[in-house]
Amino acid sequence: MKLELRGITKRFGALVANDDINLTIEEGEIHALLGENGAGKSTLMNVLYGLYRAEEGEILLDDVAQHFAGPGDAMNAGIGMVHQHFMLIPVFTVAENVMLGHEQTRVGGSLDLAAARARVREISDRFGFDVDPDALVENLPVGVQQRVEIIKALSRDAKVLVFDEPTAVLTPQETDELMNIMRQLKAAGTSIVFITHKLREVRAVADRITVIRLGKVVGDAAPTASNEELATLMVGRAVDLTVDKAPAAPGAPALVVTNLTVIDALGQILVNDVSFDVKVGEILAIAGVQGNGQTELTEALMGLQPRVVGDITLDGKSLRGHSVRQVLDAGVGFVPEDRTRDGLVGGFTIAENLMLDRSNKLPFVKRFNLQLAFLADFARDKVKEFDVRSQGIETPVGRLSGGNQQKVVLARELSRDLRLFIAAQPTRGLDVGSIEFVHERIVATRDAGTPVIVISTELDEVAALADRIMVMYRGRIVGIVPGDTPRSVLGLMMAGETPAEGAAA
Amino acid sequence: MSTIAPVNQPTQPTGPEEGPATTVIKSWKVPIILGVFTVLGFLLMVVFGRTGTSTMVLSTSSDLIQLPDVLLPTLPTGIVISILLAGITALSAWMVQTHRKVPLWLISVFAVLLLIGFLTWASADERIPVPGLLFGSLSLAVPLIFGALGGVISERVGVVNVAIEGQLLAGAFTSAIVASVTQQPLLGLLAAMVAGVLVSFVLAAFSIKYFVDQVIVGVVLNVLVTGLTGFLFSEVLAPNAATLNQPPKFERINIPLLSEIPIIGPVFFRQTLIVYIMYIAVAAVYYGIFHTKWGLRLRAVGEHPQAADTVGINVTGTRFWNVSLAGAVAGLGGAYFTLGSVGAFGKEMTAGAGFIALAAVIFGRWDPIRATLAALLFGFASNLQNVLSIIGSPVPSEFMLMLPYLVTIFAVAGLVGQSRGPAASGKPYIKS
Repeated sequence: MKLELRGITKRFGALVANDDINLTIEEGEIHALLGENGAGKSTLMNVLYGLYRAEEGEILLDDVAQHFAGPGDAMNAGIGMVHQHFMLIPVFTVAENVMLGHEQTRVGGSLDLAAARARVREISDRFGFDVDPDALVENLPVGVQQRVEIIKALSRDAKVLVFDEPTAVLTPQETDELMNIMRQLKAAGTSIVFITHKLREVRAVADRITVIRLGKVVGDAAPTASNEELATLMVGRAVDLTVDKAPAAPGAPALVVTNLTVIDALGQILVNDVSFDVKVGEILAIAGVQGNGQTELTEALMGLQPRVVGDITLDGKSLRGHSVRQVLDAGVGFVPEDRTRDGLVGGFTIAENLMLDRSNKLPFVKRFNLQLAFLADFARDKVKEFDVRSQGIETPVGRLSGGNQQKVVLARELSRDLRLFIAAQPTRGLDVGSIEFVHERIVATRDAGTPVIVISTELDEVAALADRIMVMYRGRIVGIVPGDTPRSVLGLMMAGETPAEGAAA
Repeated sequence: MSTIAPVNQPTQPTGPEEGPATTVIKSWKVPIILGVFTVLGFLLMVVFGRTGTSTMVLSTSSDLIQLPDVLLPTLPTGIVISILLAGITALSAWMVQTHRKVPLWLISVFAVLLLIGFLTWASADERIPVPGLLFGSLSLAVPLIFGALGGVISERVGVVNVAIEGQLLAGAFTSAIVASVTQQPLLGLLAAMVAGVLVSFVLAAFSIKYFVDQVIVGVVLNVLVTGLTGFLFSEVLAPNAATLNQPPKFERINIPLLSEIPIIGPVFFRQTLIVYIMYIAVAAVYYGIFHTKWGLRLRAVGEHPQAADTVGINVTGTRFWNVSLAGAVAGLGGAYFTLGSVGAFGKEMTAGAGFIALAAVIFGRWDPIRATLAALLFGFASNLQNVLSIIGSPVPSEFMLMLPYLVTIFAVAGLVGQSRGPAASGKPYIKS
């Protein structure tokens, strides 16, 4: 089926998210939609899927204009979508999720689960998915959940399949498998729209590439285009994709973690007996697919996890069992992985957010009174130093872009006298310019002699920053390897395989 | 109070198909609670034990099959039960010490033993009519069960229904008037459902359409209905009681054969039409929620409204109509007050039943069957208080009046633990 978007314009108030976008996807073609976070790719696809109503423009399928009042209409017309945040109900089984919305019933109105199971099996056999129709979705690994999303779309005979940032949650191996699935679907005649901001993937699988920037189509490219060409098109200026970094000069171990285990309230072991150290003046990157214990490990270091056994020492002093306040006072700086939830108070101003973790003593508080004049000076300084773009220090951080929000978090954490700096997913959801900035600051922190831990699910980021790489899988350390370890080895380690040469750094 | 068991997991790499590794968290909560109750039971039944003989009457005079009365010597029974309680406590402590989970059935056995011990103690030289005790429990539980079913439907679809109390009261009031005027209890039942739906409409409109906090709307609705019915009662109903507040009650219907089963028959099958409707309602809601298209969509909307939206389900509509349905079910419970048990409307006659029903929803983990069982437990606690005050137990009646609410608090706070409700319950769905 051929899909054509003509002159789509979508506004949110004064913001133009899509500005007169024209796009044609031919039958049996993989068409990549490349653009930075916030360029308007997802908005465009939500318009296509009937979730948003566009102000102008039309959607044509095989040259017939369509009018979608909601996702139901889009699905009936043959459009399927694999959402970035899976649209699956965690407490339902695979079969229930697949049948939802077009249920078959038997006499007496009872659900025909047998038919739904058969449909799941049939599709999953056709593509070699190996999905159990009776498994609860919440118990499935994300890679399998994504396949359930694909099965869901295919069970409604989707002719056009939209993948919205599908690789964000996958291991490199799963990403390769997904690419193969896309090729298979293409061979079966399905048209595919592949939304991403990862250049490597686009070049691997796409037949045609359309680049979107700030809501506008800025150009088409062939898959043969180089990374630099695509990046320049995407960002609008020449970008440096590598991080300038002198070799590390590691000193004595600063943070020493011994036999650390973290358990949740139900007795599940989230972090399983891990031991490692971080030296002064080095960056230890913790790599791994989301949900393999990295989050809980950092929370345990910060004193945010209640059930922890093992030892954590920083500069010879124990940190385990200490309150967050005590951990902060010991000189630990922390950039949480979800800045809007754990890093900032959206309704507070930039200035207020900059003093959040120092609200208990001088120089910000004197005899129960906020030192507002001091705070204003401090905030103006930091805003300048960290290049936070805003209308002033009184702007609520909720109104800033992701990149500027992250700069506020960095400014706050790095303005203390640090003995250890932990940055979890420091560039998640940021534009290229902000990523460059954040990476520079992290390297600068290292060069100032502070031990740094970077937790990242992005191999590009790990490779760019790490002096040593620690890979986690199912709560355990698979191995600690040098920073220049090839991606293929890291990919295998992220899937739980111990490195063959047993390289240890 | 919790300590972590040493982790002795093998260190070889785990295969990708395994679930996450787990360990048992050592929690002394259960043995400590059981220990406290054992001591209390011992004090009551042995140290302050009463002498005499307790009689449990198992049959009513109209039964075909007459079971003999059970005679229990009060003090020896108390001693035996105290020993058994202590044994179970020790067993649970041993289980925790050896990293085992204390099974729920053991706690249930403990509770039943404690109950029997208490009944024996309270009825020294008295007769406890067991069928009467259970029959009354069911009667008191009927409005709770209807209310809880309404709560389950509403919360499963994603709207917290604090307004159950208001729906019950509106149902009771309306059914009294309509049944009195028409002299048709069935019309009263219908009117009660309509009244419940009307209360639900307000809840639905404010919480779904205008995104007002659902708990606040619910609380305000309860106050509104209480005030409105109270005002109308004293201004309209009380002066014209003969014409407006004398509804005909439903007759009891004995189900042939079933009503002659010892103990069970008199309790469950010599009831009024509303109670039989309740049996059907429990089964229908259970079947509907877990085995039909309606239930699948309802649960989907309550768990992940956006996912439901993306497969073409109308989230707002589903919520609106199911909250209305919940109101109709709760309204039926209100009718039971006027057409089933009391026989006339009284000011604030629901007396917090809606809130107990809400507790039953949570205690029953949003499952219609479990919520029904929870409501029955609360009904039993209330009726136990009635029966014991009639036979003249040595416990001050003020303490007995606290019993149903104490049971509610202990049940909801202590036993539920970390139960997980519908993920999107209480959260408005705002489409961008």
